[in-house]
Amino acid sequence: MPHIALPEGLQGIRSAMAFRPETAGPLNQLAEILLHAPNSLAPGERELIATYVSYLNDCYFCQTVHGAIASAHLNDDEELVRRVKADFQHADISPKLKALLVIASKVQKGGKHVTSDDVAAARALGATDVEIHDTVLIAAAFCMYNRYVDGLATWQPQEEALYRERGKKTAREGYVTMSQEYLPQK
Amino acid sequence: MPHIDLPHGLPGISAGFAFRPETAKPMRDLAHILLHEPSSLTPGERELIATYVSSLNDCYFCQTSHGAAAACHLGGGEIVQQIKSDFQSAPVSAKLKALLAIAGKVQQGGKHVTAADVAAAKSLGATDIEIHDTVLIAAAFCMYNRYVDGLDTVQPRGEGMYAQMGEHLAREGYRTPSTRPPNAG
Repeated sequence: MPHIALPEGLQGIRSAMAFRPETAGPLNQLAEILLHAPNSLAPGERELIATYVSYLNDCYFCQTVHGAIASAHLNDDEELVRRVKADFQHADISPKLKALLVIASKVQKGGKHVTSDDVAAARALGATDVEIHDTVLIAAAFCMYNRYVDGLATWQPQEEALYRERGKKTAREGYVTMSQEYLPQK
Repeated sequence: MPHIDLPHGLPGISAGFAFRPETAKPMRDLAHILLHEPSSLTPGERELIATYVSSLNDCYFCQTSHGAAAACHLGGGEIVQQIKSDFQSAPVSAKLKALLAIAGKVQQGGKHVTAADVAAAKSLGATDIEIHDTVLIAAAFCMYNRYVDGLDTVQPRGEGMYAQMGEHLAREGYRTPSTRPPNAG
């Protein structure tokens, strides 16, 4: 049961956002820019970073939703998403993305864990400053979203199929549009 | 030296914000709503929560700037030091202590917050929205702190610059920059 009286029938972060629409606005806008807006990193790559950090933080809702969105961007390759979580160094992704996932995992432990060597390795594989910036911020932001979702003990049904269709829709439409499904309409 | 080519002369998060204005906007808006807009928790109380979490995350820039904002709201910096070193013996309300305990759990990870932590805060008068905002302030500072340190931003030591920033933050909130680049007039 959630720690506070969140709206019933909404899962995970949706219930918290519907409880407090004022903070939901910037929370959705940040996700939209980091994960959905045009970027030299593909949406699938950015969603894999979000999924991996959420997995490290052991947040069921976030790793499952963002895993479903990642898979929707990646030709429905759910197996690839599982591989990235289990052992990304041996997953079929670019060396550059692997170097960015290393940085993301350091950020998950704490900002000071990121070293100049980590950043130099990513840069040597072609990562730009904006890509490194966005990787750090995606990882940092999911250290927020994950804590928000679990810190309120939101309802998180443990059934991947529930998240699959919504993942496809979010991959198409983005976070701000999807938020109209659960935020009170003005 | 920062890990990427951030604009020179801007300390801490200001450099990240200037580098990527698109993400700066929602990050500023979120801080403004959580820390500055009207709430049943005073701005000073909310800044103490932000400062405490930033201190647990060992982020010098955030704990010093938000500590300065808290000091400005609360009429002095001594209480800020007490909150950071041992909030249970600080002269703040029992309710705020219970909320700081929740914030400390969120810093470790969301699942660390227990029903007993929340019941304790409620029994001392905390409302659902105050508990929500405490959880989200703590979670948000786990983002801001990682952003500031993960880019290895420049974080000048010493209190002088931070006192000025704290005054600006306490007065104006978070939607406008609290620092200006050098030579900006």
